[in-house]
Amino acid sequence: MASSNEIDPPGGPGNTLPSRVWALKGARAAISIPALILTAAFVGYAGLARETGLSLTETLAMTGLIWALPSIVVLTGALNSGMGLIPAAIAVALASVRLMPMTMALMPMVKVEGKTKRWQLLIASHFVAVTAWVYAMRNLPDMPREARLPFFLGFGFAITSFVFCATGVAYLLVERLPPILAGSLFLLTPVYFLCSLWGASRLMADKLAMAIGLALGPVFFLYVPGLDLLWTGLAGGTAAYLIHRVTRRGLS
Amino acid sequence: MSDVAWWWPYVMIVVAGWLATDMWRWLGVLAGGRLREDSELFVWVRCVATALVAGVISKLILFPTGILADSPMWLRLLAAGAGFTAFLAVRQMVIVGVLAGEAVLIGGWLLLGGVPG
Repeated sequence: MASSNEIDPPGGPGNTLPSRVWALKGARAAISIPALILTAAFVGYAGLARETGLSLTETLAMTGLIWALPSIVVLTGALNSGMGLIPAAIAVALASVRLMPMTMALMPMVKVEGKTKRWQLLIASHFVAVTAWVYAMRNLPDMPREARLPFFLGFGFAITSFVFCATGVAYLLVERLPPILAGSLFLLTPVYFLCSLWGASRLMADKLAMAIGLALGPVFFLYVPGLDLLWTGLAGGTAAYLIHRVTRRGLS
Repeated sequence: MSDVAWWWPYVMIVVAGWLATDMWRWLGVLAGGRLREDSELFVWVRCVATALVAGVISKLILFPTGILADSPMWLRLLAAGAGFTAFLAVRQMVIVGVLAGEAVLIGGWLLLGGVPG
């Protein structure tokens, strides 16, 4: 026996691969559509940062430390308007509440009971943002449990580094993208999310939550701007869960 | 941003940016650490997170920023719908969906007489 707390891994020779191999596999997976999508978004942001008067180091510090585009855009506005520290922190915190339920939903998937340390999860959580999250929810369940955390860390680190560099280059070089390229890049993000999120939905409840969320998002955006995503998640997710429970009980 | 010390933006970035954002991720780790993957609570949390991300998607399509905001809404909806349909039709391959969506958007733009801007 190797170790006392080792649980029976769900078959497959992949289990014998060391963590660093899984981390490299994650890094390689990141440098494809996910990196392209985020690069497109951050190239757009680099233009905004430069117009706003942020320096290159400020722009890069925000990219690396915050790593969530909505929060970065809010903070850019706050810096530009000379907003105080506390109001700015509140505005940014409101823009990033969504990261909490997303992280909560990811954690049970990546941790190995009795083996994964909490600090490892705290580090991994920094990479939780919509793009990495949909990729992880879609692809991690197909991997052996021990592979998931190293894969996600490799994925997150690679995509963050890549986008960090691309943002710097864009800040220095890109005056303005050709309109047709800029427009195509903006559409890339929602279509990629749409397909990946559907692929990540295992249960009927998830698919239902996705459909209800798509419909509620714009409604809450118009009536409770600012907290709209939180309300979309709570109302849409709860409705989907309840419908799922009622129909399941009805059938059994 | 003229009369402030050079380091002030970095204090803002660390406190109002990094801490204000990552605290939600850390709270998610603490709250999610006790969740079991086979529990009912976990199913609900997944539903909430999924609906929330779906809300992000429909906002990006219906209320876009940048150059995409100048395209007609029906074209954006058509492109997203075509992309998703192609994704479902071809063995759920994300790349197929993305390419189909882009093809419809660019084709529509060209048919409408060029790209605005």
